[in-house]
Amino acid sequence: MVSTLDQIFVLLKHWIVSLLPAVLQPVTGVVLSVVAIICVFPALFAISVLLERKGLGRMQNRIGPNRVGPLGILQPVADGIKSLTKEDIVPTNADAVVHFMAPVFLVVVVFMGYAVLPMGRNMTLVKMDAALLFYFAMGASTELAVFMAGWSSRNKYSLLGAMRAVAQMISYEVPLLLSSVSVVMITGSLSLDKIVEAQNQYTWGLPHWYIFTPWGCAAFVMFAIAATAETNRSPFDLPEGESELVAGYFTEYSGFKFAEFFLGEYVGMLSISGLGTTLFLGGWSAPLEVLGFVPSWIWFFSKVMLSICVMIWMRGTLPRLRQDQLMNFAWKFVLPFTLLILVDVVVWRFMGEGWLRWVVCSAILLIAYVGIGRSEMLRKKIGPRSYRYAE
Amino acid sequence: MSIVFWILSFLTVLGGLAAVTLRNTVHCALAVAIAFAGLALLYLQLDAQFAGFAQILIYIGAVAILVVFAILLTRGSDTPTDGIFSRTWFAGTAIAAAVFAVLGWAVIQSVHALPHETAAPEVTVNQIGNALLGRYVLPLEIVALLLTASLVGAVMVAMHEKGESK
Repeated sequence: MVSTLDQIFVLLKHWIVSLLPAVLQPVTGVVLSVVAIICVFPALFAISVLLERKGLGRMQNRIGPNRVGPLGILQPVADGIKSLTKEDIVPTNADAVVHFMAPVFLVVVVFMGYAVLPMGRNMTLVKMDAALLFYFAMGASTELAVFMAGWSSRNKYSLLGAMRAVAQMISYEVPLLLSSVSVVMITGSLSLDKIVEAQNQYTWGLPHWYIFTPWGCAAFVMFAIAATAETNRSPFDLPEGESELVAGYFTEYSGFKFAEFFLGEYVGMLSISGLGTTLFLGGWSAPLEVLGFVPSWIWFFSKVMLSICVMIWMRGTLPRLRQDQLMNFAWKFVLPFTLLILVDVVVWRFMGEGWLRWVVCSAILLIAYVGIGRSEMLRKKIGPRSYRYAE
Repeated sequence: MSIVFWILSFLTVLGGLAAVTLRNTVHCALAVAIAFAGLALLYLQLDAQFAGFAQILIYIGAVAILVVFAILLTRGSDTPTDGIFSRTWFAGTAIAAAVFAVLGWAVIQSVHALPHETAAPEVTVNQIGNALLGRYVLPLEIVALLLTASLVGAVMVAMHEKGESK
C-alpha cells in the first residue's frame, strides 16, 4: 500500500502506456512524463508567485493580494489573464526575430533542466550518466537568452541590464559548479539518481544527507548563494532592479513575452532549488527513517517549496547588492571558499570514519570563513556600528 | 546514416552558412551558436554524452557569450543599413568550403591510417576522468598553465587600462 502510493505516478504511466499499441508505447511514455512536468511546474510557479506576494507583504507589514479569491488565491489566474490580453508592443527599431526568440529560448532551456531531476523513487524523466553536466549545460544556455533579450531591444538600459546580468551569471556559475563538484567527488558519479541513492542511507535513524556534513553544509551555503545569483533573485537582482534600470533586460517586453520571462525566472528558481535538494538535501529521501512511509515525491516537493520560501524570505529581508559588491563577493569570497571546500572534501574522504574527521573538517572551514571574512572587512575598514541621533 | 543525422547536419550546416553570409555581426554570432548546438546534438547522437554536454556548456555557455561581448565592445554592432546578406558572402562561403574540403580530405584519409578500429567504444565519464588524470595528465597540466597565463594576462590588461585613465 505504502509503496503503491509512492510509485503511484509511475504505475499510472505504465497503465496508460499499456493501453496503447506496442509501436506507440515508447513515445507515449516520454510524452506523458513531459506533459506531467509541463503541468506540475507551472502550477508550482503559480503557487510560488502567490506565496511570494503574500509572504513579502506580511514581511513588509502589509497584507498581500486579497481581492481576487478567498485570501487572494486566484491572483495568479488574474495575472495570467491580464498578461495574455495585454498588447504585445515590439519597438520599431528592435530586431524582430531575436526579440521574439529570446523569451522562447529562455523558457525552453529552463524547462530542459527538469529532465534529469529525480522527483521521487524511479521518477526521473531521463536517467543519464552525465546528468549533472546536462543540467549545467542548460543553465549556461540561459545566459545567451538573457543577452539576446537585452541586445535585441535596441535600448541602452536593456543592453546595460543584459550585460550586468550576464556578467553576474558567469561569475556565479563557477562557484555553483565547484560546490556541486564537492558532492560529485564524494559520490563518485555525475548521475543525480546515484547521488540521491547515496544519501538515502540512515545511521541511528538520521539520514546521510550531505548537508549534515561540515563540507556539505558549507557547500550548500555557497550553492545557495550562487543559485540566488544565477536566477537574478534578491539580493542579487541588480539586473532587474526597478530603481536603477527600469526593468533591465526585459524592459521592452510587454504582455505575454513578459509573462514568459517571469515564468522563466520562477521556473528557473524551482529548477535550481530542485537541484540543490537533490545534491545536498537528499532528494526524495525522508528526514528520519521512521518517516519512510510518506511517499518520496512529497518529500522532494516539500523540500523544493521550503527552498523557495527561504528565497522569498531572503528577498524580503536583505538589501540589494551593488554590481561591484556582487562581483567582489563572487570572485574574492565565494570562489576561494568553494576551492577550500574541495580540499576539505578530500580530507574528509581520506581520514576514515570517526569523530576526528568531523572536528578537523569543521575547524578548517570555520577558521577559513572567519579569516577571509575578517580580512575583507579590515580591507574595507569596517568598524563596529556607530549611531548618530538627531539633535 | 539515419534521418536524425540528416536533420542535425542540416541544422549545423545552416548555422554555419548563416554565420558566414549574414550582414549583422551579432546575428552571425547567434548563428554560430546554433551551429555549436547542432554539433553538440551530433555528439549526443554518437553516444558521446560528456562531449555533447561539455560542448553546450563551454561553447554555447561561454564561447558564444565571449564572441558576442567582443562584437559589442568593438564597432561591429552598428545596425546595418539594408540587406540581409553581407557584401562579402561569396568570399566567406568560398573560404569555408575550402577549409571543409581540406578537413574532409584529412578525415577520409585517416580511415586508412587506423584500419583496426571496429566498434565505437563505451566511454563513461569515469573513464574520461581516469584517462585525464592518468595517461593524459601532462597535456592537462599544460592546458591548466595556459589558462592561468591567459587569466593573469586578462587581469593585467584590465588593470593597466585603469592605471592609464587615472
